[in-house]
Amino acid sequence: MMGRTIFIDPGRCIGCQACVSACRECDSHRGKSMIHLDYPDEGHSVASLPTVCMHCEDPVAPCAEVCPADAILVTADGVVQQADTTRCIGCANCVNACPFGVPKIDLQAKLQMKCNLCYDRTAYGLAPMCATVCPTGALFYGTLDELRAERPGVQVADSFTFGDVVVSTGVAMVVPADKVQWPVPGGLPIVEVNGKAVR
Amino acid sequence: MNRLPLDPSLAPPGTRNFRDAGGIPADRWHADQNGETLVPTHCCFCGVQCGMYLRVDRGGKVFGVEPRNHDINRMRLCPKGINAYQQVNHPDRLTAPLLRRSRDEPFREVSWEEALDHTAAEVRRIQAAHGNDSFGLLGGASLFSEKTYLVGKFARVALRTRHVDYNGRLCMVSAAGANKLAFGIDRAANPFSDILLTDCLLIAGSNVGECFPVMTQYVWGARDRGATLIVVDPRETAIARTADIHVALKPGTDSAFFNSVLHVIIKEELDDEAFVGARATGWEEVREKAAEYPPERAAEICGIPAAQIVEVARTFGRAPKAMAWHARGIEHHSQGVENCLTVINLCVATGNLGKPGAGYGTITGQGNGQGGREHGQKSDLLPGGRSISNPEHRRQICEIWGIEESELPPAGTSMMEMVHQMRRQEIRGLIGICNNPFVSLPNYATVKDGYDSLEFHAQFDFFLSETAANAHVVFPVTTWAEDEGVMANAEARVVKHNKAQEPPAGVRTDTWVICQLAQRLGAGAKFAFPGSREVFDELRAASAGTVNDYFGITYERLEETGGIVWPCPTTDHPGTPRLFEDGRTWHPDGKIHMQVVEWHPPMDPYDDEHPLSLTTGRTVAHFLSGNQTRRLGALVEQTPRPWVEVHPSHGFRNGDPVRVVTRRGSEVFPALVTEAIRPDTVFIPYHWPVPTAANALTIDALDPRSKIPEYKVCACRIEPGDRIDEVPAPPTAPGHVAYPDAQVSRTDPLPPTSPQGRGTAERG
Repeated sequence: MMGRTIFIDPGRCIGCQACVSACRECDSHRGKSMIHLDYPDEGHSVASLPTVCMHCEDPVAPCAEVCPADAILVTADGVVQQADTTRCIGCANCVNACPFGVPKIDLQAKLQMKCNLCYDRTAYGLAPMCATVCPTGALFYGTLDELRAERPGVQVADSFTFGDVVVSTGVAMVVPADKVQWPVPGGLPIVEVNGKAVR
Repeated sequence: MNRLPLDPSLAPPGTRNFRDAGGIPADRWHADQNGETLVPTHCCFCGVQCGMYLRVDRGGKVFGVEPRNHDINRMRLCPKGINAYQQVNHPDRLTAPLLRRSRDEPFREVSWEEALDHTAAEVRRIQAAHGNDSFGLLGGASLFSEKTYLVGKFARVALRTRHVDYNGRLCMVSAAGANKLAFGIDRAANPFSDILLTDCLLIAGSNVGECFPVMTQYVWGARDRGATLIVVDPRETAIARTADIHVALKPGTDSAFFNSVLHVIIKEELDDEAFVGARATGWEEVREKAAEYPPERAAEICGIPAAQIVEVARTFGRAPKAMAWHARGIEHHSQGVENCLTVINLCVATGNLGKPGAGYGTITGQGNGQGGREHGQKSDLLPGGRSISNPEHRRQICEIWGIEESELPPAGTSMMEMVHQMRRQEIRGLIGICNNPFVSLPNYATVKDGYDSLEFHAQFDFFLSETAANAHVVFPVTTWAEDEGVMANAEARVVKHNKAQEPPAGVRTDTWVICQLAQRLGAGAKFAFPGSREVFDELRAASAGTVNDYFGITYERLEETGGIVWPCPTTDHPGTPRLFEDGRTWHPDGKIHMQVVEWHPPMDPYDDEHPLSLTTGRTVAHFLSGNQTRRLGALVEQTPRPWVEVHPSHGFRNGDPVRVVTRRGSEVFPALVTEAIRPDTVFIPYHWPVPTAANALTIDALDPRSKIPEYKVCACRIEPGDRIDEVPAPPTAPGHVAYPDAQVSRTDPLPPTSPQGRGTAERG
């Protein structure tokens, strides 16, 4: 986990989409929102969940690893940048590689776009737009100590399992204190590929 | 807090600097290296009044928003606030006065002179033929306080009519009435920051997560400290989802529920007899009435388990410090005032008043919902919250205004009553400022009929609202970012909005237009105001010594402090964030006057034809009548249309056309099937015009005391519809393109989701 990073707490999310709107105001991709706001239990609960780029640390940035054009760069402090516009060919390898389903392809521009932790702000010590405006603190930017000072006893996870693969991330997720599971099950279990059982 | 200190030294030289200016530097606003200026102001929407910066480019145009570390919101914003700036230079802005002689003609753009002269001539013609009271004025609670003061003064001094009211009549008046009855002062008793200190927070009839999202930071702050959260709402809202207790009662049964909670508190001796004995009157009668509401009886009325009532009573009663906040959910009823009084009784009975973390508040809906009712645009009030029926109050105001007491008209009628007077031709001419009754008033058919009966109708607005589209004259006026003025938020904290850009050519401030009309009506000498500052100075003087004392509040102090809570009698007074700390109310005897409340059923009776409750409310992306939000691309994309929320037990699938039938009419909406609503209740958000208007179905029954309409409950049935009614494009002035998309790219590959994730997922 990076020192100062985003913590996502789905329990606090009210689904208001302030993060979605704020992301459009970010100067590095103005007019486009890079936030995914999902409703995991629609019709039964109003629960909602914002997803930003998780800035994978181990394996480091699967999206960047599969990029044939070397368009996705990772900064020294672990922030996985969005595609370099001069290199990206819009092939969508990164979209397929990302275990969290984060990157998007602008088909018209043939360009990948994704959350870059508002690097234009965080590089100068400011919080990203989404975590700045989030009314409930479902998106929190800071260190783990700062989070715990504000929310005593909070538990967080920064590794997720996808089948047999464990992915450790720079962005962390708040998990219920009474149900701490390590690592957190991520995505859907893959049971068959091309009709053959794989597990 | 996850907010870094925005220390300018953090920004390396030559980089963009988003620092929080804090105070105001010598050059007035701080400008960064790119020629961009950040102008500190507040959001134009709800009663939280979040601080924000508007980003202004070298050309002096507002082009963006930047979070601001203000005491109220500490950088946080909701989607409405983030996108609010897009109104300012929106292509749909009205930029020239529109005029037509009859509603059969199209509008034509005319000069200001012609529009003003024609309006003044029509006022004179109608009043000469039918008397002064045949002309009415309707104001709004999104206006700055200076403008609300002007509206009231203009009606009584220039128009000399008794008929002036405002759209806070649809919003805040039940709470105002209850506060006045119980405490003699009309405002929340505690600041938002007290929520962080409470042990038990009760939220009644408020979808805080969607209507006041930034308030949820306080709710969560309290819960992080271990406070329990009780939510009373027929729907499982975002804030109810994680509440410790969610009371999903039947709409229109709130006072029975709260009386029963009080019953249990008294029975289990959780009340604070010493506090009530020393501080309140009427306790014995309230006790006797509560005895008639055992949990078993209330459970039957409210459609909830009796055990839940007991649980709420014990949780609230045993908490060392408890708070109750409520909003339109309990106020929009024919017993709205009484509902609020039962909540007040609960706080008083448990001694939760006048202490940090213990108290009571109502969350104002409009940005100036609080300030909008303080300075004389309500039909029965004069500036400073004075009563227009009190001879002494009348005398004081006549002295300030320089008119004879005999010239000051008596109290008028409420907004909905004025509509009925229009239908009866008692009111033949009307000026509407900053309101949109065609969407916001109940029983649309009646409202349309009333407005169609007017001989002359003028509206002030910056977009052509549905109501303005029906007028004879439309004055293009400024947005909140093009003028300065104050608003009072839900805590009664007066905050200052600053001017961020010059208005577009052809646009004038409401203040200028009102003063010009007053001049043409022969009252120019009393309306010689160059701008908001001069109006505010007169307002301060007019409120001096009253309950709503603004005298000590100046623009300079507001700019330095970020907000002052009235009453503030002197310029060195710090303001009064928490009321009743000295143990006294504003009644002459200093006591809290507890009021007996008897529950009665809603005004629209249920029968075999109409067995369900229809309730209405808001969604997070839109604001009130939608005139300000239904043209902003991001918000339209977030919530493009209304829906009807129904329980799965009715057999509908998501997206099915559902016809909702009430005694006023019927409309077809797509179904949003969810377990997050009671089976006997359906919900429709009300921000859209006909044929997708919830308010075409609602009842125009009024609370007898506050005259607030009963938006929150009427009888209905639902049946399969034939086709879904589409939302019409917003009206536009000649030569404007309807619905230009302000900012948003529509190449976003995200799948569409149902509003707030409430529908069942059926995405092929």
